[in-house]
Amino acid sequence: MQLIKTLTASTALLVVATGAAYADDHMASDMTLVSWGGAYQSSQTKAYAEPYMANNPGVSITWDESSNEAVAKLRAMNEANNVTWDLVDVVAADAMRLCDEGLAMEIDANEILAAAPDGTSAEDDFGDLLVSDCFIPQIVYSTTFGYREDMVPAGAPAPTDICALFDTETYPGMRSLEKRPINNMEWALLCDGVAKDEVYNVLETPEGQQQALDKLATIKDSVIWWSAGADTPQLLADGEVFMGSTYNGRLFSAIEEQDQPIAMLWDAQVFDLDGWIIPTGLPEDRLNRVLDFVKFATDTQRLADQAKYISYGPARFSSAPLVGKHAELGIDMAPHMPTDPENAKNTFLYNYEFWADYRDDIDAKFQAWLAQ
Amino acid sequence: MRQKMRALMLVAPLLIFVVVTFIVPILSMLFRSVENDIVANTIPGTVVALSEWDGSTSEPPHEDVYRNLYIDLFKAEEAKQHTRLGTRLNYEKTGLSSLFRTTGRSLDDIGELWQDPLEDIDPNFEEGSFWYEMMSGSGGEGFLEQRRALMATMSGEDMSGEVGFVPSAEIVDLLPWTASAYTDFALWAAIRDGDTVAEEDPWESVYGALGMDLTSPETISAINSYGGPGASALQAAAANIDQLPSFGFREAFVEEDEDWGAHDVWATIKLYSPNMTPGYFLNAVDMTLTPDGVESKPDNQQIYTTLFTRTLVMALIITASCILLGYPVAWLLANLPMRTASILMILVLLPFWTSLLVRTSAWKVLLQQQGVINEILVWLGFVNDADRLILMNNATGTVIAMTHILLPFMILPLYSVMKTIPPSYQRAAKSLGATNWTAFWRVYFPQSVPGIGAGSILVFILAIGYYITPEIVGGTDGVFISNRIAYHISSSLNWGLAAALGTILLVVVLGLYWCYDKIVGIDNVKLGG
Repeated sequence: MQLIKTLTASTALLVVATGAAYADDHMASDMTLVSWGGAYQSSQTKAYAEPYMANNPGVSITWDESSNEAVAKLRAMNEANNVTWDLVDVVAADAMRLCDEGLAMEIDANEILAAAPDGTSAEDDFGDLLVSDCFIPQIVYSTTFGYREDMVPAGAPAPTDICALFDTETYPGMRSLEKRPINNMEWALLCDGVAKDEVYNVLETPEGQQQALDKLATIKDSVIWWSAGADTPQLLADGEVFMGSTYNGRLFSAIEEQDQPIAMLWDAQVFDLDGWIIPTGLPEDRLNRVLDFVKFATDTQRLADQAKYISYGPARFSSAPLVGKHAELGIDMAPHMPTDPENAKNTFLYNYEFWADYRDDIDAKFQAWLAQ
Repeated sequence: MRQKMRALMLVAPLLIFVVVTFIVPILSMLFRSVENDIVANTIPGTVVALSEWDGSTSEPPHEDVYRNLYIDLFKAEEAKQHTRLGTRLNYEKTGLSSLFRTTGRSLDDIGELWQDPLEDIDPNFEEGSFWYEMMSGSGGEGFLEQRRALMATMSGEDMSGEVGFVPSAEIVDLLPWTASAYTDFALWAAIRDGDTVAEEDPWESVYGALGMDLTSPETISAINSYGGPGASALQAAAANIDQLPSFGFREAFVEEDEDWGAHDVWATIKLYSPNMTPGYFLNAVDMTLTPDGVESKPDNQQIYTTLFTRTLVMALIITASCILLGYPVAWLLANLPMRTASILMILVLLPFWTSLLVRTSAWKVLLQQQGVINEILVWLGFVNDADRLILMNNATGTVIAMTHILLPFMILPLYSVMKTIPPSYQRAAKSLGATNWTAFWRVYFPQSVPGIGAGSILVFILAIGYYITPEIVGGTDGVFISNRIAYHISSSLNWGLAAALGTILLVVVLGLYWCYDKIVGIDNVKLGG
């Protein structure tokens, strides 16, 4: 009897809940967004989610901090036929993989994204950054180096060149590098005398891969390998390493917000993109809600607003002039953007196509090399 | 019998729960280590045609293989399955991922090589309704169902439903390629896109397929005596085949990407076309399946055997240090007065209740070079400031942190066994003249062995599957095989390899357990009184 009561009650609840979900023009009232957590996610909350909820009272947004394993989780959800996410923040390479696997919805930028205020179509406003048919870019970030100013040996100049990484004579001390071949192999070749536009041609060959590993081997004993973006700022702050690679926004907050004696080394920074994908197979009401949110959250003003909270460059051309000052510190954000001309004198763009093909192969060699 | 049934009914809910939520998922995950039906499902025609190709000669595959590839790949591209196949094959041969992706984009262009001249020969070919009329008829129901089943397997979607199109048996005989491509198109348009077939323009692949049919002289002569719908357009095409491309699909594919002419690309596809593959297991033990048989991987790519050995050795070291550290603590707990013992017990349990991540991060703070331990040693003058001890980001760090984390799993079973050893035995031994050491070693210790056994099994098996702690403090030489499994599950998405590694790990653990049973005896293990 009790059981029947409970069942009836929960069915009734379900009916009410479904009714509510359909109330607003067939738009769901709940949304689950997936992001990276930390300062980045809070910049999204402040710049996109809070204004959106203010405009649409009754909509609730749940955040899931699973972006670093989004591809695997989305694949598992898809196999279980129960996709609980509505919008997922991923790096461009993952967006391409999700698109390849049919797990992300293909979009028509002009149709679902807002045009720039001057009427430029979304496709032109995002330009080359629409690297995949499924990808809605938000920011340009870079993987670059920070170093401890107070650990530069007396008499030595402050490092300005990426190859300071390999120069343990002038700059002794540990380094921290990401525990994967991507970026590290490119930097190694670059500092082994390979011309910038030759790097991927060289890296395609087994000899080139060995050359890069040999170069990395010269500093292998001085490297701490990281797997979370927060590691390098922590290691720098603790004085564990002299220099280390990480995402530029992480270094910005260590330098400006936490006042650590760290300086940026922008040389040979590697640009990458981060943005949204919409999972395939969403029910109509949820899809409508997500489309409504995405259109709002990736318009010119919102992308510019995000730069108030974190030093990543907005992905729209039209947002760049609107980038202002940091919301709390009041400092100008433009000089801290990876795309600032002063910082972007020597840059790399993550080669998606190359790494999609060579990732498995080079990673096997890299990991075997690490284990030796 | 009734009794047994009743008992079974009582445990049935739990049993079903365990089977459904635990055993079935694990088995299905493990099954992925040999499963390989993606190749045969995605490009079925190609796989069949390729089975006749002798890969041991330098002879490239027959034109038929490329034709099947075109028909298969075109519909796979529509269903967005071709890139999945590319990802799968890329595990075996670098470069196939982009080969499939870029070729997928140019399939329309290949079809247009035939579409444009055909439409010039007879403008009727531009009309969707003309195609519909030409291809429809009766008697082709069997053919339709056959294509429907292939389509369903390829896309993994339900393709049942009304198509509004039945190919005519006559046209299936006359133009087999065209009928295949058109039927695929009709199925997709009607069921997936919900369109009316007659109103839709056919895929570019249909024109390519007609081009394939028109290369056969028998088909040409059959077309000339054909009188069904669309006969005049077909006869016009047959009369003007010199306007169609003079090359075949091999040239068309090689033109798009020269890798399609490469022998080893086809050898890889052929090698991985069976539904089951030993490939993942071979990869998991640093071997690889090549067209010439099983080979060892080059030295600079061997990693898994090293990691398996390291995992076992380090798990043993961790178990041993847990015994060394845990035994005295358990002894104290069992022999101190109740009040003191319960305070000590809380000290043992407190870390046990703390989150794993917090404890591991705490070890980071302690162990790093500018960390608490090094600072104290430098301050005391034991260690020179310039060469501080490297206690983490290596195997040492993993052993220290994991010993601490797993210690309660050793102490608790030891304690509960020791608690049951009557102190009078030791006293009796001493009164008979035994020294302290003899009384302990000959009388007390043997009775505590079941506790060591239970604790060791717990610690060892837990240690073997750990990956968070090694990931954080292990650096490069302190990581375990589970870290690679986690990597293949969540980053590289090579679930087949992850499943193979997991299966091997499971079998190794079961094997060790069996050895343990043979040597020590499993009834010699006690978790308590």
